[in-house]
Amino acid sequence: MTTQIAPAALGGRGRGGGRRAGRTVTRGRAWLRALPLLPSVLLLLAFLAGPVVWSFYGALTNASLTGPAAQSPDFVGLDNFVRLFTDPTFPKSLLLTVVFVIASAIIGQNVLGMWIAVLQLRANRVVSAITSTLVVAAWVLPEIVAGFICYAYFSKDGTLNQILAGLGMTGPNWLYSYPMLAIILANIWRGTAFSMMIYQAALNDVPPEITEAAMIDGAGGSQRFFLVTLPMIRTSVSTNLMLITLQTLAAFTLIWVMTAGGPGDDSSTLPVLAYREAFQFGDIGYGTAIAAVMIVIGAVFSVFYVALLRERPAPKVAEGPGPRHPASEREVAS
Amino acid sequence: MTTASTRVDAAPRAPRSIASPRRVVSKVYANGVLVIVGLCFLVPLVWVLLASVDAHAGFETQLPKVFTLANFSAVLQPELTLLPLWNSLLLSAGAAIVTVVVAVLAAYPLSRYQARYNKPYLYTILFGTCLPITAIMVPVYSLFVQVNLLDSMVGVIFFMAATSLPMAIWMTKNFMDSVPISLEEAAWIDGASAMSALGRVVVPLMRPGLSVVFIFVFIQAWGNFFVPFILLLDPDKQPAAVSIYSFFGQYGAIAYGQLAAFSILYSLPVIVLYVLVSRGIGGSFAMTGAMKG
Repeated sequence: MTTQIAPAALGGRGRGGGRRAGRTVTRGRAWLRALPLLPSVLLLLAFLAGPVVWSFYGALTNASLTGPAAQSPDFVGLDNFVRLFTDPTFPKSLLLTVVFVIASAIIGQNVLGMWIAVLQLRANRVVSAITSTLVVAAWVLPEIVAGFICYAYFSKDGTLNQILAGLGMTGPNWLYSYPMLAIILANIWRGTAFSMMIYQAALNDVPPEITEAAMIDGAGGSQRFFLVTLPMIRTSVSTNLMLITLQTLAAFTLIWVMTAGGPGDDSSTLPVLAYREAFQFGDIGYGTAIAAVMIVIGAVFSVFYVALLRERPAPKVAEGPGPRHPASEREVAS
Repeated sequence: MTTASTRVDAAPRAPRSIASPRRVVSKVYANGVLVIVGLCFLVPLVWVLLASVDAHAGFETQLPKVFTLANFSAVLQPELTLLPLWNSLLLSAGAAIVTVVVAVLAAYPLSRYQARYNKPYLYTILFGTCLPITAIMVPVYSLFVQVNLLDSMVGVIFFMAATSLPMAIWMTKNFMDSVPISLEEAAWIDGASAMSALGRVVVPLMRPGLSVVFIFVFIQAWGNFFVPFILLLDPDKQPAAVSIYSFFGQYGAIAYGQLAAFSILYSLPVIVLYVLVSRGIGGSFAMTGAMKG
């Protein structure tokens, strides 16, 4: 949504702005006008920028949950970061996070969401409406409820093993034997709706004449999709990938309810690890260091995301060669 | 792209008419796949519905042998669900009201005046929408300890408002851009100040847009488990998201039916609000709510 409005809003200035721009504004008046921004600036500084800055300071201390180091933590320099890279838990957790993001978001949610949206263009309207509703239902539920539902589904006596038993197989205890697989599937179930809705909106904006033109030129279904449709919606694809990556990176509740990061630390992604180190083992300083690493990873993705949005001059033009291309294609064909 | 299209052209193939048999096959295929996908998404949901009315519910999905509403009446006790639901309402409505008020104030100069700070400000907060909130919870906890805000509902309300503010400012600014300035100019000529023009002319015109912002912040706050889980300690202040988790920890392993009933009661408000928004104001807005899971 932002992605669609953002560049237009920035490029095309506030409506009032244009008209009043000619008038010279005294400095005092300019400050007065900016005054309504103040509450938002204060809130954002206190509760978003504050913790981010604090995390880089806190990561350098030995702050703890209880005891003397809770009240007056000592400065310990880079000890926590040294520990991060010598402790085998952290690289493992980083790897699990990467696997989780790639498998559940970039492959699972993204591809499944796209597949559903593409099939819906051809399918019966009732079928596609019902599918949409079911996919969205999993996404509208509060995350903790989604967590319980997945916990029940993947548990030893759960529905998945019931289905497998119906097929004559004995399912394992998914949450203990294959915790990563369980949380990956759960996150696909939970989050596909977002990608699906982004792609539904993007595909709706692709004029049917273009794919029809390609069809008349003899392009098959997969050719039409990969050579015509996909390049036209590539901005939506990259935006979606960026957003679901950030969301999945930050997933905590779903994993916490299903496996609590266990067994052992076999499904501790970074947010779960940070929580466990800080609140279960009481080492706030170390947990903060993990948080700082996550903030840096998130910031890198955010910078890419913002740059991606700035690149586009305006939403329509952004879809690039699209509208002009088919005309030339038709010329070639005739 | 051009090379690609010439390659398509180069492959000689009979043009296919719209009603070709392949088209029919692909339609059947599309419907078939969508039905299967829909079933896969439905199956996990069925458990919670059936278990909530089953007197002997387990983790299996089964038709209740004994149909009962006892699970619902068992969980509908003041301290078990009603107080947590009330707390959820306070936190979510509080966060949504703070967010909407602050976002309207911030959106006004951003939308109406051209200033040097507009672009940097908007891009900075766009950056803020991407910040993974779970990543900053540990530092937020130690910050709250330092400033003595731990276990304060007001603190949680302001924190949740701040986290949804970047998104809300963007949405509000875009809604405000579509309110024509001529109406305000009329108000100015009649002697209204900028703020009273905002309050009396602009805000009433933006009511549908602002209700979308309100509902999205509300839904996010209602479903938020991690923030109150970390920042609130007193069980009497905890919202339903946290109390349902403690309930699960204490009785969940025995009382599956009650857990399911509790889940349904807790989910209903957000489902209703979501349906209201997606029906009333158009599906495209529905996506903004997902910015932060």
